[in-house]
Amino acid sequence: MADFEPVLSRNWNVPDSHTLPVYESRGGYQSARKALTTMDPDKVVALVKESELRGRGGAGFPCGLKWSFLPKDRKETFMCINADESEPATFNNRLLMERDPHQLIEGIILGCFATKASTAYLYIRYEYINAYRILEKAVAEARAAGFLGKDILGSGFNLEIYVHRGAGAYICGEETGLIESLEGKRGWPRIKPPFPAIEGAFRKPTVVNNVETLCCVPHIVERGADWFKSIGTPKSYGPKLYCISGHVNKQVCVELPLGVTARELIEVHGGGVWKGRKAKLVVPGGISMGFLTADELDTKLDFEDIRKPGCLGLGTAAVTVMDDHTSIVDYLYNTTRFFAHESCGQCTPCREGCAWIYKTMKRIKGGGGRLVDLDIMLQLASNMGMMPGTTICGLADGASWPIRNAMAKLRPELEDYINTHQEGVRQITPLQEAIFAGQLAEPNLISISLPILNKV
Amino acid sequence: MAQTAEKPVMLSEAVREKIRAYIPRYPSKRAVTLPALHIVHEHLRCVPFKAMEEIAEILEITPAEVHDTMSFYGFFPQAPIGETRLWMCRSISCMLTGGEELLAHTCQKLGIRAGETTADGKLTVEFAECLGICDFAPAALADDGRIFGPLDEAKVDAMLGELKRGPSLPS
Repeated sequence: MADFEPVLSRNWNVPDSHTLPVYESRGGYQSARKALTTMDPDKVVALVKESELRGRGGAGFPCGLKWSFLPKDRKETFMCINADESEPATFNNRLLMERDPHQLIEGIILGCFATKASTAYLYIRYEYINAYRILEKAVAEARAAGFLGKDILGSGFNLEIYVHRGAGAYICGEETGLIESLEGKRGWPRIKPPFPAIEGAFRKPTVVNNVETLCCVPHIVERGADWFKSIGTPKSYGPKLYCISGHVNKQVCVELPLGVTARELIEVHGGGVWKGRKAKLVVPGGISMGFLTADELDTKLDFEDIRKPGCLGLGTAAVTVMDDHTSIVDYLYNTTRFFAHESCGQCTPCREGCAWIYKTMKRIKGGGGRLVDLDIMLQLASNMGMMPGTTICGLADGASWPIRNAMAKLRPELEDYINTHQEGVRQITPLQEAIFAGQLAEPNLISISLPILNKV
Repeated sequence: MAQTAEKPVMLSEAVREKIRAYIPRYPSKRAVTLPALHIVHEHLRCVPFKAMEEIAEILEITPAEVHDTMSFYGFFPQAPIGETRLWMCRSISCMLTGGEELLAHTCQKLGIRAGETTADGKLTVEFAECLGICDFAPAALADDGRIFGPLDEAKVDAMLGELKRGPSLPS
């Protein structure tokens, strides 16, 4: 698609793109003006529904449909913007907020107008320090210019946006975890139903949308649903920001129509695999989604095709490339460690399962693996998550998918590793380790790392 | 007066005022817990138990509720951290490009373990799960907002020299 025109990232390379005058000079806030002065909220919902915009946060749920779940007789609605982007290798929301914050604010205005929300909480992860500062300034600018506050553009519509900072928890990217965290509690996801549309933040109907999803809305309002549907592949319409990182020559975020192949992303946009090597594994959309092997690189990265080779979904479209010198063991060790660290601890299968799988991977990596460990890990992975119905949220599904994919696609390599890496191993605890080393064991070190270690 | 009934106060009036300013934003006072913890952390470089009690008093909730939230995140230390807090990423993209080795190098160079503060109180080094700066992988982030990457050993050494000069003020 040579004639594809980027829209979400069109201002990124303009100097001072984060300021209001530059955004307005590039046609900014015209969609908000159009919607607020000439359309009624239901019409905006209908338009977004018609465009079949699917949520960019990971699950791919149709945005317009989500909005239409709100009860008709509601008195108060909240909007939460999910900017707790913590999926490993994903950074597109950060760029959207740092380089074009007003595009997001316009999207929020339209989203809130459509859903009749008068308060929006933008939940941003703490680590996005620069994005937070830029957003605070942008919100103040927009308020001073009359795009936020009371009676916006003379339409009678009121809106306040508050930026709320997280504190470094992956689970707060789950929409009900985010809501709990916003309410000042620990970020434990809620049992659904009731869905947030019925009972969300502060027990009121709430919409939770991802940053990129909302950034699409002004363009849909401006150019229409047909334009949006002319981009992408069937059931996956519109532009998408793909992040490419890992073993590539150029780690970048590029905007492309949905449905680009992994091969094109790596070869054309990522500048090829580094050091002239070949790709061995490609993670399609954050590590929760499993991986593609070298034979599956022609898979289209959209919401539908990506499932064919057994991946969980498109996720955040954050593509991580691993070259042929990478061991599957290192990859699995890293992913299982991540999920063991980030499991919130609410549901037993996930809390215990993620930690158990991580301990097993640690032992395999350390040279003490047994072939039966692979079956144990697969059994654990197959029985935790929303799909087997044992957990409240999808974190465990994401944790199990790399294991399931690895067992289905690269089991011989794992078996080979275990067979060739057998070292004299004894099992010791961190406390014992500290005693052996003659150190004073730190109490909190012990409590956070109870897993059994292996040392030669 | 031999003994006064007045309790010692940890949070200054200015800090309290900053916390109270958040209250009108939310329908419940408890929602200010996280902003309050951040404000206290910014001022004291830690959140001691006494401060949590005082936050609870301002927000009209129990200290246990504040502690419950605080302890969930693993973000708020109980004892003061260094002038600058440095997170070094160990997640997939940074791991692939050498992040773990660079963390080990940093710790060795400073003579501390991950999670500890240098003896001069200048720098706390922690590992982090994905910082969302994978376009700079392997990357590190200072809590004043500075991003470092793509790193190698020489660049880590330069970064540590720069960080030892103290935090940079936001522009």
